[in-house]
Amino acid sequence: MALTSNAISFSSVGQTFLTGSGSVTALDGVTVTIAQHEFVAVLGPSGCGKSTLLRLTAGLMKPSKGTVSVFGKEVTMPRDDVGIVFQKPTLLPWANIEDNVVFPVRHKYGRVTNEDRAQARAIIETVGLKGFEKRLPSELSGGMQQRVGIARALFLNPDILLMDEPFSALDALTRDAMGIELLRLWQASPKTVLFITHSIPEAALLADRILVLSERPGRIIADLQVPTARPRDESALRTPEMQDFSAELRSLLIRKEAA
Amino acid sequence: MTASETQDPAMAKTTSTQDRRVQRVPISEKLLRMPAVLPLITFLLILIVWEAGTRLFAVPSFVLPAPSRILGGFESVSAGRWMEHVWATLRVALIGYAVSFVISLPIAVGLAKSRLLSGAFYPLLVVIQSVPVVAVAPIIIVVLGTGDAPRVVITFMISFFPLVVSMTTGLAATPPELIELSRSLRAPSFREITQIRLPFATPYIFSGMKISITLSVIGAVVSEFVAADKGIGYFIQFSTSMFKLPQAWAGLVILVIMSLVLFQLVSVAQRIFFPWSLPKGQK
Repeated sequence: MALTSNAISFSSVGQTFLTGSGSVTALDGVTVTIAQHEFVAVLGPSGCGKSTLLRLTAGLMKPSKGTVSVFGKEVTMPRDDVGIVFQKPTLLPWANIEDNVVFPVRHKYGRVTNEDRAQARAIIETVGLKGFEKRLPSELSGGMQQRVGIARALFLNPDILLMDEPFSALDALTRDAMGIELLRLWQASPKTVLFITHSIPEAALLADRILVLSERPGRIIADLQVPTARPRDESALRTPEMQDFSAELRSLLIRKEAA
Repeated sequence: MTASETQDPAMAKTTSTQDRRVQRVPISEKLLRMPAVLPLITFLLILIVWEAGTRLFAVPSFVLPAPSRILGGFESVSAGRWMEHVWATLRVALIGYAVSFVISLPIAVGLAKSRLLSGAFYPLLVVIQSVPVVAVAPIIIVVLGTGDAPRVVITFMISFFPLVVSMTTGLAATPPELIELSRSLRAPSFREITQIRLPFATPYIFSGMKISITLSVIGAVVSEFVAADKGIGYFIQFSTSMFKLPQAWAGLVILVIMSLVLFQLVSVAQRIFFPWSLPKGQK
């Protein structure tokens, strides 16, 4: 496996679910490769199979057609080098922040070492929650809770970070701040990120590259490089080229809805 | 923002007028501030009306004894005898309750984890639950003989179902994301139960435990009605057969107190050991 190998690759992946009233095709003919340390946003309307893409990568489900590979190996079960951040933080309400962050180790191996705790405290500090280690999730705001969710995903130091609309439950201001924060984390410790969203500005601000999915059955209808160089902040969205780019994305999403 | 700003001066004004009239708070307002006092007053009023009514209309004590006569009923039996009866009932109720809990837990885990098991056994549990236990009790006594065993079984049959249902519901109510997290970590399946599903089921388990603890007392009493030589249920039946109604009522009062205390113990245990599992506003 070469160092510059693809982190994630989908080859003609289709996914069909059996439901009570027949079968639903969530994804159809998805072929795409994502390079190591690339930040890719997946943009599309709700119910277009964006989350299915993420769950296939995580090895939580198997594709009905085609193959999904991570670092050149076909995904047949969940891997250790993949971390997931969910739409809701879904923390353990009875455990304090530190215990929530070390939970993956406690859950996988049954015990937590002092080094694990030290590492958890370091990660809690990098996500900006120093001093909150012993607080319960219910004492934190929604944005802070999602920081804990990110810290938990980063705790096992995954090479690939899968994020399923992680900021969509947050208010607009917190959402922007969290995006900037995520970019800072990603630049400090580069990872391959697959970021599911339905927000055009969010995708444009964060990603190197944006995949636009069609409505069900989800197909990739556009694969675009974000034109602005890094490092970026909110002001990057106000440049003319980014305005044009956002308009292009919007027209892609609208055309799809009209069709 | 603006709404709260415009409200603030208004609120300040009302509090300042309240300060000036602090002596003139109506009595109903005062009572509402003491939630424990209000039901106590109701209870005392009922007792007074009860006492006055039975004296005024000379109600015979086998129809409805006055509270003072019921109090006398306590004295007609020695404290030691009371303790024997209370302990007999309490022991059966608690053992039956513990057995219910220990048996319900693995059943609930099985039902929640496997649709095959739930399909095969859930209807059976409903059938067991639908059997009128009072009618089966004499059969169980004949099969299992005297002693605690048949009484524990009867108590179990009355109290286990709410536990199974609440535990199964709770185990299935875990956020699906955490189950995915568990699967993505390839953690052993038993830790998914012990570290995620069971803790998340705690509020549900406690609501089932609160229902079941009072049912356990009912189960113990039912079993004593059928065959026993001790226990409050036995004592009530014995007393009524001897036409000593005030002391039967005294037994009833003790049963009510026993149920209330056990229920409160479960509530307090939840508050002490699982404060996060309480609904918001009850912490």
